[in-house]
Amino acid sequence: MISQAMVVLVDGINYSAWLFLSAVGLTLIYGVMKIVNVAHGSFYALGAYMAASVVGFWFTNNYPPYLSYFALLFAALLAGFVVGPLIERFLLRYQYGKDEVVILLITYALFLVLEDVLKLVWGVDPYFISEPYELLGNFEIAGMSYPNYYLLMVGLALVVGLSLAFVLNKTRFGRMLVSVIHDREVSAAMGIDVGRVFILTFGVGCSLAAIAGAFTAPTISVTPGLGVEVIVLSFAVVVTGGLGSLPGVALAAIIMGIARAFCIHYIPQLELFVIFSVMALVLSFRPRGLFSLAEARKI
Amino acid sequence: MTLDRTTLRFGAVLALLMLASPFIPQWALFMLTIAGANGLVVLGLMLFLRAGLVSFGQALYFCAGAYTTGLMALLLGVNEMLVLLLASAALSALIAYMLGFLLAKYRAIFFGLLSLAFSMILYGLLVKTEALGSTDGFNVPAVTIAGWLPGSDMVRAAVLGVACVVILLCVSFVQGLLKSPRGLVLTAIRDNEIRTEYMGASARRTIHLIYVVAGALAGFGGSIAAIAVGHIDPTMAFWTTSGEFIFITILGGVGSVVAPFVGALVFGIIHTIAFSYSPNTWQMLIGLSLIFVILLLPDGLWSFVRKVRGLKA
Repeated sequence: MISQAMVVLVDGINYSAWLFLSAVGLTLIYGVMKIVNVAHGSFYALGAYMAASVVGFWFTNNYPPYLSYFALLFAALLAGFVVGPLIERFLLRYQYGKDEVVILLITYALFLVLEDVLKLVWGVDPYFISEPYELLGNFEIAGMSYPNYYLLMVGLALVVGLSLAFVLNKTRFGRMLVSVIHDREVSAAMGIDVGRVFILTFGVGCSLAAIAGAFTAPTISVTPGLGVEVIVLSFAVVVTGGLGSLPGVALAAIIMGIARAFCIHYIPQLELFVIFSVMALVLSFRPRGLFSLAEARKI
Repeated sequence: MTLDRTTLRFGAVLALLMLASPFIPQWALFMLTIAGANGLVVLGLMLFLRAGLVSFGQALYFCAGAYTTGLMALLLGVNEMLVLLLASAALSALIAYMLGFLLAKYRAIFFGLLSLAFSMILYGLLVKTEALGSTDGFNVPAVTIAGWLPGSDMVRAAVLGVACVVILLCVSFVQGLLKSPRGLVLTAIRDNEIRTEYMGASARRTIHLIYVVAGALAGFGGSIAAIAVGHIDPTMAFWTTSGEFIFITILGGVGSVVAPFVGALVFGIIHTIAFSYSPNTWQMLIGLSLIFVILLLPDGLWSFVRKVRGLKA
């Protein structure tokens, strides 16, 4: 009984870490830029494919295996910081005056385009890069053995979450960000280069998705259609937490991760059902999510 | 029900289509039927867009309609197409009526994402239900039309014929709705909801009403698609299906009740051509045309029709 609960807890925490990593970039981009980025899932997939290429190259050339984790990180940052800012600079920048829903449709179009670009670049055959996953071995709790890679994912989620919180609350750039979140125009009038803040935020947000993809790649087979599922799960997490809220994403990821692990062990038919039910339930009682700011009505 | 000029002209086009049907190849009849089914779903989305709302979950009602048809035919042995159509639309409308109490309070992004959640709940359930074939779905038995079982050479034309009648009835109903005071409130809600409420109109009730209407339309669409394809599976409820409906909505525009069907037809043609020549770039083509339409043709393909009319006048 205790060991059963332990299994649910460990799996749940691992899944929560994954959900948090996948979704946190989406909430950052929404919070600062008010863009619901449907193409977020494509950046996740892009990160996974980049990781597959870079790590594949790493191991065929027999570079030191324990440094391959840095190769994963490098692949993700390359994907996010090159493609993200390009898209912001040449497409999204001209749309900021438009309705949120119109921008959502544009990023949806972007998602469709990127899905096929990935297929054209990497083909439709699956990639396997399980080396970084197998390298770490296992650990044991209450007689059950788990891969140490779980710990890496949880650690990564903690590092990402804490450093984002630190940057937002304690640094000069974070204060600029908060000021842009509250009022774009006044911030610009106070001398903040809003365009630069936007392009950086979009780059960071996309890189976070790519990091999630890159570090998930060793645990799965990298195939087309990877981003399609991730984007709806990320939406569910972000909306449940309250769009634009960092603690919201963390809490929602934990609730949904544990709920899913519980379902997988006891009622596996309800696996997907449970995540979206949590979302629908939270939104029914708190229409703007768990952590949401009151918004002024504009007449 | 008042018959206005738009409905009459559209009816004439559909009648001509049916007269020409013996000369249309089978694959084109099938494409037209699917375009009609998609057009019905999009007709509902057009109502939402008039009020400034975008639903990322209309596939819920499309799928509910299709599964109602499939399950009634398979388990209850009901093979009459007219009964199946009405039952599917009624069940979809009932689900929409119940969810509408919640959704009618939401706007903008939240309306879209909450409806997405509901459609994904249905998808999650269907995928894991082995009795209904999980991800594979199941085949829908052949149907009769008013007691007549069409032969294999006639079945496509016959289903298209019934679809055309349903489409015409729906179009004239929606046209009537849009011209009624209730329908005119939709545009007012998009422009400024608070002012609309000060004028005494209830935004929540109006949106609830169009939500039920759109649900029924999507139920019809799903039922027609299930009968035409002869097979149903859970991807009908997946969010990418909703995405395709949104694409058609934007492509056609909100200018007229006929626009969704023009959009659906163009989508069907792009789909058929792109899919046979280059299946790996077809999504890219759809994505690029969506960006193109949003940036350069914000009123959709229907704005071409307007321009031609403007030149004549």
